[in-house]
Amino acid sequence: MIPRIYIPGDSGALALGAEKVAKAIRAELAERGIEAKIVRNGSRGAYFLEPMVEVATANGRVAYGPVKPSDVKSLFDCGFLTGGHHKRWLGAPDKIPFLARQTRLTFARCGVTDPLSLDHYKAHGGLKGLQNAVAITPADIVKQVTESGLRGRGGAGFPTGIKWKTVLDTSADRKYIVCNADEGDSGTFADRMIMEGDPFVLIEGMAIAGIATGATKGFIYIRSEYPHAVAVMQKAVEIARKAGVLGVNVLGSPNSFDMEVRVGAGAYVCGEETALLDSLEGKRGQVRAKPPLPAHKGLFGKPTVINNVISLASVPVIMDKGAAFYKDFGTGRSRGTIPIQIAGNVKYPGLYEAAFGMTLGEIVDEIGGGTATGRPVKAVQVGGPLGAYFPRALFDTPFDYEAFAAKDGLIGHAGIVVFDDSADMLKQARFAMEFCAIESCGKCTPCRIGSTRGVEVLDRLAQNVEPEKQIALVTDLCNTMKFGSLCALGGFTPYPVMSALNHFPDDFRPTPVAEAAE
Amino acid sequence: MTMQPASTEIASRTAAIIQELKGLEGPLLPILHGIQEEFGYVPQDALPVIAEALNISRAEVHGVVTFYHDYRSQPAGRHVLKLCQAEACQSMGSDAIAAKLKSLLGIGFHETTRDGSVTLEPVYCLGLCACSPSAMLDGEVIGRLDDEKLNEIVAEVRS
Repeated sequence: MIPRIYIPGDSGALALGAEKVAKAIRAELAERGIEAKIVRNGSRGAYFLEPMVEVATANGRVAYGPVKPSDVKSLFDCGFLTGGHHKRWLGAPDKIPFLARQTRLTFARCGVTDPLSLDHYKAHGGLKGLQNAVAITPADIVKQVTESGLRGRGGAGFPTGIKWKTVLDTSADRKYIVCNADEGDSGTFADRMIMEGDPFVLIEGMAIAGIATGATKGFIYIRSEYPHAVAVMQKAVEIARKAGVLGVNVLGSPNSFDMEVRVGAGAYVCGEETALLDSLEGKRGQVRAKPPLPAHKGLFGKPTVINNVISLASVPVIMDKGAAFYKDFGTGRSRGTIPIQIAGNVKYPGLYEAAFGMTLGEIVDEIGGGTATGRPVKAVQVGGPLGAYFPRALFDTPFDYEAFAAKDGLIGHAGIVVFDDSADMLKQARFAMEFCAIESCGKCTPCRIGSTRGVEVLDRLAQNVEPEKQIALVTDLCNTMKFGSLCALGGFTPYPVMSALNHFPDDFRPTPVAEAAE
Repeated sequence: MTMQPASTEIASRTAAIIQELKGLEGPLLPILHGIQEEFGYVPQDALPVIAEALNISRAEVHGVVTFYHDYRSQPAGRHVLKLCQAEACQSMGSDAIAAKLKSLLGIGFHETTRDGSVTLEPVYCLGLCACSPSAMLDGEVIGRLDDEKLNEIVAEVRS
C-alpha cells in the first residue's frame, strides 16, 4: 500500500508554515525514493498543533505536530510513515484531549477527509441527508429542520425551520438560497474552516434548503479576505455539478438546484443579511428596512432563504440522523452543537464543537488553558466586534443564546477573544466605535454619525476632560444607537462599549497625568 | 510606478470583461473584481463603459465602486501587505506590530512606499484568529507575526 500523508491546506495551517512543511516532505520523499500520496486535508482545528501532519498506518491515523520544515528529515529517520516515535508524535488524532472531548456533528469530517474528494465525502457519511431529503416532501424536510431546534448560527439565533417555512409558503416564479459566508467578526473562523475543509457539506446543506423551499438557485457570498475558501468552494461546486449533486436532477431526483460562488469586496456590513442581498444584486451594501422580510422579498425581490454557513452545514447531519438526534444535544432553547472558536491571547486556540451549555469559564480556562502570555485573563469578548466584553465575574454564564442575552451579551457567531490584564478597556471601547464608523453603510444616522461622535467622546474621556460628563454622554449615545439603528452594526456596537464601561469602570477613569517632577 | 494604460485601451479591455460577465445575475461586483484583477485598480475611464453596458447611471457605478474597501482608484505597489488590526490580533499585540512595520517601511496605512514596492493596508480579520497576530502578503497568509517574521516580510517586499 502506498503511504498516505495528510498535510492541512487550511489557511490557518498555511499561515503557520504548512506549505513549507509540504515542500520539505515532498523533497524528502523524492530524495529517499519513496512513493506516497499527499492529501491536503482541512484543519481539525487544534491550531496550537498546526501544522499537524498525519499518516495513515495499519493501526489508523497517527498525528505529528506542530511540525517545522526542519523536523522533516528526522521524522523520516524515525519512521513516521508507519507511526514511529518522534518528539512531535501526538498519537491518534482523535485521542488528542482537545479533539477527543468535542462533539463533532457539523465538523465531523473537517480535517479528516480530502476536502475535494466526493468519494471520501460519501465514505464518511456524506450525501445521506440529501438522499433522505429528495425522498420526502418539502414540508416534511422543513418539519424535520424545525423540530431539530436548529437556530441561525450567524448570530441572530432565529429558528432555521421557521425561516424555511416562510419561503416554502410564499409562492413565486423563482426563489433563492443565499449562504452568508461573509464571516467578518474577529475571533471567528468556523465558516472559513468548513469551506476549506469540508465544502461538500455546505453544498449538501444548500441543496437540501433548495429542495425544502422550492428554490432552484443558490449563491454563496464569501468575503474577499478568504481567497483560499473561495478557491476550494469554486472547485467543490464544479465537482458536485459534474457528479449530479447539483444541476437539473439533484441525485437523479426531479429537483433542480444549482449554485454560484460570489466574492465580497471588503465591506463588513455585508455580513448583515439585507446588505448582503443588495451587494449580490450589484449595489452598495446598504441595509434594507424590514419588513419586507427576505423570506418574502429577498434577492431580486424574490423569496429568499438567507442562512449562515454553519446553519446550512448543520442541516445534512439533521437530515441524516434525524431531528431527535440533533435536538438531544444542548440546553434550554439552544439545541444541538455549536462550533466555539477560541481565539486571541489564549494558550490552546482553536475550534471546539460542543453541545450548548458549557460555561464561559470552562471554555476559557479548561479548554483554552488561559492566556498565551501566561498573565491573568482580564476580559473575553464573545460574538465578534459587536459582542460584549465579559469579566471573570461572569465566567459562570452557560454558553446558550438566552443566558448570554440575560447578561447583556450575545453569543453571535460563537467566537471568543481572550485578553490578558494588559488590555485597556477604554481603548477597546474606542475601537468598537471606530470600527463602526469605518464600516457603517451610512444609511441610518445613529450608526453613521453616532459612531464618530462616540470616538470623539471616548477620546475626551481618555484625555480626562470632564470625565463624568463624557460617561453620561457615551451612555446616552449608546442608548440612541441601540434603539435607533436599522441593523446590528449600529445597534450592537453599544454592547462592547457599555460592557467595557460597566465591567471595567477603573479603565474609564484614567489617572490624571502626573505633574512634572520637581 | 506602474504606467497607467491609455483610456481607449482601458475602454476596450473593460468591454471584454463586461462581455464575459454581464450574463450573470447581479453582474456589477464580478465585473469590478474582473477589472481590478486586469488593471490592478478600477480606472475612472472604465466607469462610463460599465454604466452604458449595464444601463445604469455613472453615479450608480461610482457609488458602488467607492462603497467597497477593496476597489482601488490608483494602482497599488508591487506587493500588497494587509495587516490584521481586529480584536483577536489586538489581544496579541497587533498595535505594536503595526507601529514597527510602519517605521520599518516608512509609510502609514493606505500608503505606498515611494519606490512603489509595497502598499500597506489594515484589514479587519483574516479568519486567522487562532494564530494571531496575522497578515496577508500578496494573498499568502502569515500567522503568529513576530520580529523575525516582520524582518523577513520587509526583506521580501524590498527585494
